[in-house]
Amino acid sequence: MKRLFAPTTADSVVPPSGHTAWLTSFTAGAMTFLAVFALALAMASGRLAERWAGALERTATVRLSAPPEQIAQQEQAVLDLLATTPGIAAARPLTTDEQRRLLEPWFGPDLPVDALPLPRLIEITEDGSGYDSEGLRLRLAAEAPGAVLDDHTRWRRPLAVAADRLRLLGWLSIGLIGLTMAAMITLAANAALAANAQVIGVLRLVGARDSYIARAFVRRFTLRALAGAGAGAVLGLAGVAVLPSADQAGGFLTGLGFQGAGWLLPLVLPPVAGLVAFAATRAAAFRKLKELN
Amino acid sequence: MISFENVAYSYGGGELLSDITLRLAPGSFHFLTGPSGAGKTTFLKLCYAELLPSSGRVTLFDSEVRSLTRDAVAMTRRRIGVVHQDCQFLDHLTLSANVSLPLTVAGRPEAPRDLADLLAWVGLDRLAGSLPPQLSGGERQRAALARAIIMGPDVILADEPTGNLDWEMSLRLLTLLVELNRMGKTVLVATHDLNLIRQAKSQIAARVLRIAKRRIQLAGADL
Repeated sequence: MKRLFAPTTADSVVPPSGHTAWLTSFTAGAMTFLAVFALALAMASGRLAERWAGALERTATVRLSAPPEQIAQQEQAVLDLLATTPGIAAARPLTTDEQRRLLEPWFGPDLPVDALPLPRLIEITEDGSGYDSEGLRLRLAAEAPGAVLDDHTRWRRPLAVAADRLRLLGWLSIGLIGLTMAAMITLAANAALAANAQVIGVLRLVGARDSYIARAFVRRFTLRALAGAGAGAVLGLAGVAVLPSADQAGGFLTGLGFQGAGWLLPLVLPPVAGLVAFAATRAAAFRKLKELN
Repeated sequence: MISFENVAYSYGGGELLSDITLRLAPGSFHFLTGPSGAGKTTFLKLCYAELLPSSGRVTLFDSEVRSLTRDAVAMTRRRIGVVHQDCQFLDHLTLSANVSLPLTVAGRPEAPRDLADLLAWVGLDRLAGSLPPQLSGGERQRAALARAIIMGPDVILADEPTGNLDWEMSLRLLTLLVELNRMGKTVLVATHDLNLIRQAKSQIAARVLRIAKRRIQLAGADL
C-alpha cells in the first residue's frame, strides 16, 4: 500500500488520460454520496429496530375494563396474579396523570380523565427471563374476566421486523453500490488500457513486466477513486447533516442520520472505495495485459 | 545465444516459416533478407519472444521460450535491443526519457553523463529535450537504436531500420550497428536493401540469411 501512494516512475510512462479520469472520479464520488445515504438509512433502521425490539422485550400492559364496583377488586386480583407470575419483575397501575399524558396527543391536555369510563392500565416490567404470555392470558381470564393482556407484540413485532429488513436493505444497497462502482471503474480502466495499447507495446518491448505496467494504471485509478469518494462522502455528510433533526419532528424519516460516533462511519467509505478501485483496476489490468499479448 | 531447432510458425492462413534450424552465435553479425511478406518480421518476433513457434524449439539465452513466464520474457527482452522500421515512442516523454525508458522500467538509476554520451554517439545530443513527434525519420531511427542499446544488451535486432531513410542516413545507422558489433554485440538486421548489405560486408564479416519458400538459407557470396 505504501508503494501505491508513493509517486513512481511508472506513473509518468502512461500519458495522462482525460475522460477516464473524470469518469472514475465522478463515479466514485456519486456512488459514495449514495452510499452515505444508504449507510444513514441502515443506521437509522438499526436504531429503530433495536428500540422497538427492546420495547417488545421489556414491557407489556394489562388493560382492565369492569363495572365501577368491581374495578378495584379485579385490579387487586390482577396485581396479585402478576406478583406470583414467573418472569415479571414489577407491575403497577398507571396513575391518572400518566393516563392523561398518554391520551394528550389525541384529546388535548384538559381531558377529564376521572369523569370518563376509561379502562384501568397496569404496566408490567419483565425481569429479562421472559414470561409465558399465553399462560398469563388464561389465568387473567379466570381471575379477572375484564383484564386483557396487551404485550405490544401484535403491532410492534411487524414494525421491528420491517425496520430490521430496512436495515438489511441499507447494507445490501451499500454492497450493490460498491459492486456498481467496481464495474464502472473496471470499464474505465479497460478503456484506458485499450487506448494505451501502443504505450503498453513500447513498454513490453523494452522489458517492462506486467506488474510495472499495471502499477501505473492501478495507482492512478485508485487515487482518482479515493479523491472522488472523498468529495462524495463530504457532500453526503453535508446532505445528511441538513436533514431536519429527529428532535424537532420525531418521525422515522426525520431520524435519518447518524448519532455520535456514527458520524465517523462515512469516513470509512473513501478508503473502501479506494480498495474497490485498487482491486477492480488491478484485476482489469492483468486481464487486459494478457489479452494484449 | 539464440537458436532455432526445427521451428515452424503458422498464421491462421497457413504456414509462414517452416523447418528452421539455426544459431546466432555471440558476436556475430547477420543480415536477414527476403521479399516482402516472406516472414522476416515474424522471424525477428520469434527471436524476442513476441511470438511463440507453432512447432519446434526457440531457445533464448539457454531457455526455451515456451518455458518462460511472462516476467521471464520481460527479463529476457532486457538483454535484447529491438529497432523497428516504424519505431514507436511514448510521445508525451522527451527524447532522453524515451531513450532511458529501458533503465526506467528496470528500476536502474540513470546516469546523466552516460545518457548524454549515448545521445552524442547517435548524434542526437542537441535534441534531448525534444518530443518524438518533433523528430525526423532518421532521428527516430537513431533514437530507437539508442534506446535499444542503453541497457547494454547482448543482442540487437533491427527490422528494416533503414526503410525510411536516405542513403546517407542509412550508412550512418549501419556504421553505428557495425560499431556495436565490434564491441561484441550480436546483431541481426532484417532488410531488403542489398546495397546496405554490400556496404556492411566491406567492413565486417557479416553473414546473410535469406528467407525463401518458408525456409531460411545461408545466402551465396555474390551479395
